[in-house]
Amino acid sequence: MPERRVQTAPAGGARRTGIRELVVISGKGGTGKTSVAAALAVLAERPVVADCDVDAADLHLLLSPRVEARHGFRAGHEAVIDGGRCLGCGECFRLCRYGAIERTAGPAGGAACVVDPLACEGCGVCVRFCPAGAIAFPERTCGEWMVSRARTGPMVHARLGVAAENSGKLVSLVRQEARRLAAAEGRTTVIVDGPPGIGCPVIASLTGAAQVLVVTEPTVAGEHDLARVLALAGHFDIPAAVCVNKWDINPQMTWRIEDAAAAAGARVVGRIRHDPGVTAAQLRQLTVVETGTACAEDVRALWRQLGFANPNEE
Amino acid sequence: MIVAIASGKGGTGKTTVAVNLARLLGGGVHLLDCDVEEPNDHLFLPGTNGAAEPVTLPVPEVDQQRCDACGACSDFCAYHAIVSFGIKPLVFPELCHGCGGCALVCPRQAIREVPRRIGEIRTVEAGGVTLVQGRIDVGVPSSPPLIRAVRARAPAQGMTLVDAPPGTSCPVVAAVRGADLVVLVTEPTPFGLHDLELAVALVRELGIPCGVVINRAGSGDDRVHAFCRREGLPILAQIPDDRRIAEACSRGRLVVEALPEYEPLFRQLSGRVTHFAPTQRC
Repeated sequence: MPERRVQTAPAGGARRTGIRELVVISGKGGTGKTSVAAALAVLAERPVVADCDVDAADLHLLLSPRVEARHGFRAGHEAVIDGGRCLGCGECFRLCRYGAIERTAGPAGGAACVVDPLACEGCGVCVRFCPAGAIAFPERTCGEWMVSRARTGPMVHARLGVAAENSGKLVSLVRQEARRLAAAEGRTTVIVDGPPGIGCPVIASLTGAAQVLVVTEPTVAGEHDLARVLALAGHFDIPAAVCVNKWDINPQMTWRIEDAAAAAGARVVGRIRHDPGVTAAQLRQLTVVETGTACAEDVRALWRQLGFANPNEE
Repeated sequence: MIVAIASGKGGTGKTTVAVNLARLLGGGVHLLDCDVEEPNDHLFLPGTNGAAEPVTLPVPEVDQQRCDACGACSDFCAYHAIVSFGIKPLVFPELCHGCGGCALVCPRQAIREVPRRIGEIRTVEAGGVTLVQGRIDVGVPSSPPLIRAVRARAPAQGMTLVDAPPGTSCPVVAAVRGADLVVLVTEPTPFGLHDLELAVALVRELGIPCGVVINRAGSGDDRVHAFCRREGLPILAQIPDDRRIAEACSRGRLVVEALPEYEPLFRQLSGRVTHFAPTQRC
């Protein structure tokens, strides 16, 4: 879940510390968000980089960070039934709304209940109402987060455990740590690689950011998903900029998307051509601006257009 | 049989595989679009739109007369969705998971649950394919309850395809849990490989058999192939890196219709999926 809205740092607060976050998101997955974010991190002056796509984090594959500190991420709890004390009464089974309790045959032949940890949402209802007091509620380890040094400088990234919950909380933690590092080292720009979609990790990635950059593609799916992600940015009152990646795959669709983006109040900040050099760069663990492939100049133009280079001019 | 189409990385071609398979399977197949944050299947399978049915989550409503601000609900709520600091509680519905705990622990029966809309389900009849689409409302953070509601529409008999959201966290679990087979769509790039490894770990954790479709084959290197060999993952199909496929998809066209030369490839995939031996484990 995202931080409660009243607790998130508003854009004004970020401005007071002089730190500005550019959050790169996409709505639709696989539009080139991470490749663009990594290239912008190389172009930015002394940035801190945060990978907030915590359940499929890929930015480290381009920026080769050296991990300096690793921290466990614990959030929430999970119900664990003590088979020895379970009476098999099924009260937990009746109360659980997530289908997380399975009734099985117990050791003595009677019924017994077990929790499916992948379905348990950690609400604690079964723990509270088990008549035998047979359900423990330990804290749950949901993943880990790392502070590293990448080619671009400090980088905060994370790895959500497989099938884990609380990705929004982990995202908030990664962003908070990135801002803290920026303040400590006198850096003013934080580049955030966000997750796809419009759900809780996306909301946690963009609340309070100075600017959202949406990387989309000229497809019916890209067009459809862009509308929803711009609505989300509008919902949280974050200024949005849009760029169309692989624009030449379908120029008509690119024009349509740019018109729709402008009509939705977003700034259209550039187009990036379809370029097999993007995959070639990825294979060499480099960003496109470092290999100098054809689309690099498009990304440089995009960065200038974003106007993020010098925060003092804003 | 329930076949889920998933991927760690987004944009690898899950939707392309799902809609083309659905078209070839035809004959009453159900396609459940569980990518409820960004549902796209309907863009490729236009049809007769059914009415949108709202999906709700039960959230607390506090009876201010009965409440004596004891704070039991606030102490209990694991999600901080109902908060009371010596005053009558405030409800933050967007944080509520709908567990019902606050109403159960309230000693004065001052809390009742009221439905809060989180999204909708739409059923589209698209030429032999029944498309059930979930669509979360913009600003609603938690999608698993809606995904579970879409999954509940799978008929008891016949073939159901599930188009899962990207990633490896709780929305994917909600979409994939209980499937008979997971088809993992990836691309032969470092990002594709890295996220495939995560997705395979997830599917193994769930104990579901799986196979791999390599999309944009030829665009990167052979590390994904090597990984599949090493891990004993069957490669169910390889879709070539053909710009014409990207262009057809960009217009919302089905590959099997826009580029008929690829129909045999999808037909073979469809056969492999339908006859996947349940003993093959990931």
